[in-house]
Amino acid sequence: MATALKQDDSDNNQPANAENVVVRFAGDSGDGMQLTGGQFTLSTALAGSDLATFPDFPAEIRAPQGTLFGVSAFQINFGSRAIETAGDQPDVLIAMNPAALKTNVDALREGGLIIADEGEFGKRNLDKAKYENNPLEDGSLAKWQLLKLDISALTLEAVKPFGLGNKEALRCKNMWTLGLALWMFEREREPIIDWLKTKFAKLPDVADSNIAALNAGHAYGETAELSGDGLGSGHLTTRKVGAAPSAPGEYRTVTGAEALSLGLVAGAQLADLPMFFGGYPITPASAILHHLSRLKEFGVTTFQAEDEIAAIAAAIGASYAGKLGITSSSGPGIALKGEAMGLAIMTELPLVIVNSQRGGPSTGLPTKTEQSDLYQAIYGRNGDAPMPVIAARSPGDAFECAIEAVRIAVQYMTPVMLLTDGYIANAAEPWKIPDVDTLEPFPTTFLDKMPADGLKPYARDEKLARPWIKPGTPELMHRIGGIEKGIDTGHIDYGAANHQQMTEIRRDKVLGVADSIPDQDVALGKAGGKLAVVGWGSTFGPIHQAVRRAVEAGKDVSHIHIRNVWPMPKNLGDLLKSYDRVIVPEMNTGQLKTVLRDQYLVDAKPVNKVSGQPFTIAEIEAAIEENLS
Amino acid sequence: MNEMTKITTLKDWETDQEVRWCPGCGDYAILKAVQRTMPDLGVRPEDTLFVSGIGCSSRFPYYMETYGFHTIHGRAPAIATGAKLANPDLDVWIITGDGDALSIGGNHTMHLLRRNLDCQIMLFNNEIYGLTKGQYSPTSRVGTSSPSTPYGSVDRPASPCAFALGSGARFIARGIDVHKDLTNVLKAAHTHKGAAFIEIFQNCIVYNKDVFEEFAAKKTAASTQLLLADGEPMLFEKGEKGITLDRETLSLKVVDVVDGDWQAANVIVHDVTNRSVAHMLIEMPFGEFPMAIGVLYDDPRPTFEAAVVEQNAQAAEGKKADLQALLNKGQTWTVTEDGPEL
Repeated sequence: MATALKQDDSDNNQPANAENVVVRFAGDSGDGMQLTGGQFTLSTALAGSDLATFPDFPAEIRAPQGTLFGVSAFQINFGSRAIETAGDQPDVLIAMNPAALKTNVDALREGGLIIADEGEFGKRNLDKAKYENNPLEDGSLAKWQLLKLDISALTLEAVKPFGLGNKEALRCKNMWTLGLALWMFEREREPIIDWLKTKFAKLPDVADSNIAALNAGHAYGETAELSGDGLGSGHLTTRKVGAAPSAPGEYRTVTGAEALSLGLVAGAQLADLPMFFGGYPITPASAILHHLSRLKEFGVTTFQAEDEIAAIAAAIGASYAGKLGITSSSGPGIALKGEAMGLAIMTELPLVIVNSQRGGPSTGLPTKTEQSDLYQAIYGRNGDAPMPVIAARSPGDAFECAIEAVRIAVQYMTPVMLLTDGYIANAAEPWKIPDVDTLEPFPTTFLDKMPADGLKPYARDEKLARPWIKPGTPELMHRIGGIEKGIDTGHIDYGAANHQQMTEIRRDKVLGVADSIPDQDVALGKAGGKLAVVGWGSTFGPIHQAVRRAVEAGKDVSHIHIRNVWPMPKNLGDLLKSYDRVIVPEMNTGQLKTVLRDQYLVDAKPVNKVSGQPFTIAEIEAAIEENLS
Repeated sequence: MNEMTKITTLKDWETDQEVRWCPGCGDYAILKAVQRTMPDLGVRPEDTLFVSGIGCSSRFPYYMETYGFHTIHGRAPAIATGAKLANPDLDVWIITGDGDALSIGGNHTMHLLRRNLDCQIMLFNNEIYGLTKGQYSPTSRVGTSSPSTPYGSVDRPASPCAFALGSGARFIARGIDVHKDLTNVLKAAHTHKGAAFIEIFQNCIVYNKDVFEEFAAKKTAASTQLLLADGEPMLFEKGEKGITLDRETLSLKVVDVVDGDWQAANVIVHDVTNRSVAHMLIEMPFGEFPMAIGVLYDDPRPTFEAAVVEQNAQAAEGKKADLQALLNKGQTWTVTEDGPEL
């Protein structure tokens, strides 16, 4: 844990067997930092450590080289105990150029280690990063340990035998750096070498040079005698981070976008339905479209529509025709889909709408995370338009949430909003692979014969759901649409009493979803007490760790995490009222807080952050402290 | 389509719903034409899906005893695309209007035509917004006086058929609401495999009465309508006039036909697969020329849904839908009671 390191660490000697370490790789958007981070994550996971990652990259695809706004970073927190966040402060910063150093060094904990590629610290790059003097030489980094290596030259040397051009050769820098990092944390190189061989199967020279760079970086750590340089006490040692205790089983790493896609596929199988996915490219939601478009053998049809509206409209058309319609986007696209969501509510067709939230409003912060679309999810449509809302808390949780969203959609004949965010979508974590046989099926039934009392397309079952009738079914021809429907018949009906009743039925149907979800539990701590910290979505990690520390310090604090954001679990109001105080940390200006106040008349207090970055544990700890005093 | 045994009658296609258009609306005639055509197509009501957007014309599905989806403004093509991809066996008809298809839904109309989804798209063009009480529409002529343009509209109208051709449509036809020939146009559209675009001149008797009268009136039809038939010369005015190509300007012109000798007058024989001529027929300025009615263009190519189905099948070939294997994909490791092992 970062703090544990900090405490043990006043003399800058790293513990030989650290509980957890936070490493941040930072470089130019073209330096391959996300790839380096991803491969380091894999090798760390294979070593059995628990981990969480935070990829943080600019919206520009290839920003001008060397600029401050072109810096791409990847942070990983790994440890021999449970890890729930990507770490508050890095212990190690690997900076591939001056811009990467400048934009990231302030996050590094005091006494932490900087590894900088001094080959990139020429005048041109220093100017671009707006450094007047070379920070590697002027003593400005004195509060950290500094290790200067000419990674560019060392890489060129290592790949010389393969005859690549200078530009191509320098592309291997990230592998050299990865090799060094693997050595530092005693990780295996084999999985990476295997991956390189597969990735560059058709370009053996490229594969070989990358492997050579990787090995060279590793060998450098092993053989170089690195001592202080007079500016800091920078030296390299290896640090072993052991395996974290975890439940027996088979594991893999998974990002939120992957897990969510897999969950949708699993949900469709459990519902015994082929899937139709309509999408339109948007950051950070596109990854779901990409994943699903490769899974045709699972009965998945993907459709890249002409716009966000067409994407949801086509999904609604597919649901009407008897497939499981799914659409996905991020805030701006979800706004465009609003009217069509109303149509799905009115026509009572199953539909899953995934929102990978990002900073807003408008275009906002496309590649940064936020959870400011909660109002939009619960309320953001014209008319009284109730819709169940579920929020994933982590990459692995996105799998289960996706299945749950599908279940509610088909069992209640309703659109369901599934919330995730940019952080969850891109972050990776070790995932205990579920045993498919333990997933409970919920096969769909279509009405395919004329009922004894005649055809009533808007008749209700015990869940208030109407029958699902596929076009193509003889005798059951009927018309649906967005105009108010007559009770049972579904014919156009503008009648006053009918609209009152139908509005109430739609409301009660969605509220009834609460009958099929578990009671709200307490994630950590106990029911009742001084303080409840209530969260939803990806704030789970920092809240959980902060509450854990507070509980370990003997404080009366509990963590409540809400997955079913609408309708909420039936016992939630009573549970919240059993605490003296309730605080709600959110990456918005207080949306869940408002909903809780509205629903339960509890004096929930907001703790807000809208910087495009996740909460740190320390920030939540400070909020706990403030509310306990 | 060949002559089919009639498996249904007109009655089988009528619903019990009260039709709610204004008395005298051209929509009644179109509804009857469709209901009369359906038995001749040899299709079944349960396999037929009518999808509409918003507007007067979009109430149409409620009056057809088929599956029907009255959707939201402009989005019928997108909803129809999802339905057809989900079940390619459905016979899909899209009912739309000039505002629905060319204004709020222009994007979807363009992409449906470009993709060539197999369906019939019937655009009821009345050059006005009827259901919202008479505002000018994207097909209204310059100078149209309406509640939103009290001094007359100043923007130039869109040409539905030119839009369709430019979007890549492979079947384009024109019909008139009360014209008895409309059923033949509908049959041709249904026979065409792919997106079949039909512009129907529809009389809005309340807000834009008789706006098409100058060419739609029966009395003068012989001189104002060019009724097209594949393989037949382009003649009108009882065969006394025809359409020919001015080879110097590469444009159409009207020629007199003497004693029925249209060959001598170089009258063009209509070839529905000729895209260039289709374009010229669509763009013929009315007045100087008659209005071209009937099938202007018909040259099928493979459909979108067929390509999707084929690619899905190819991509899935030889692969098993093994969910557990999918979850276990990539590099995995096992944790035992003693800790992790690679």
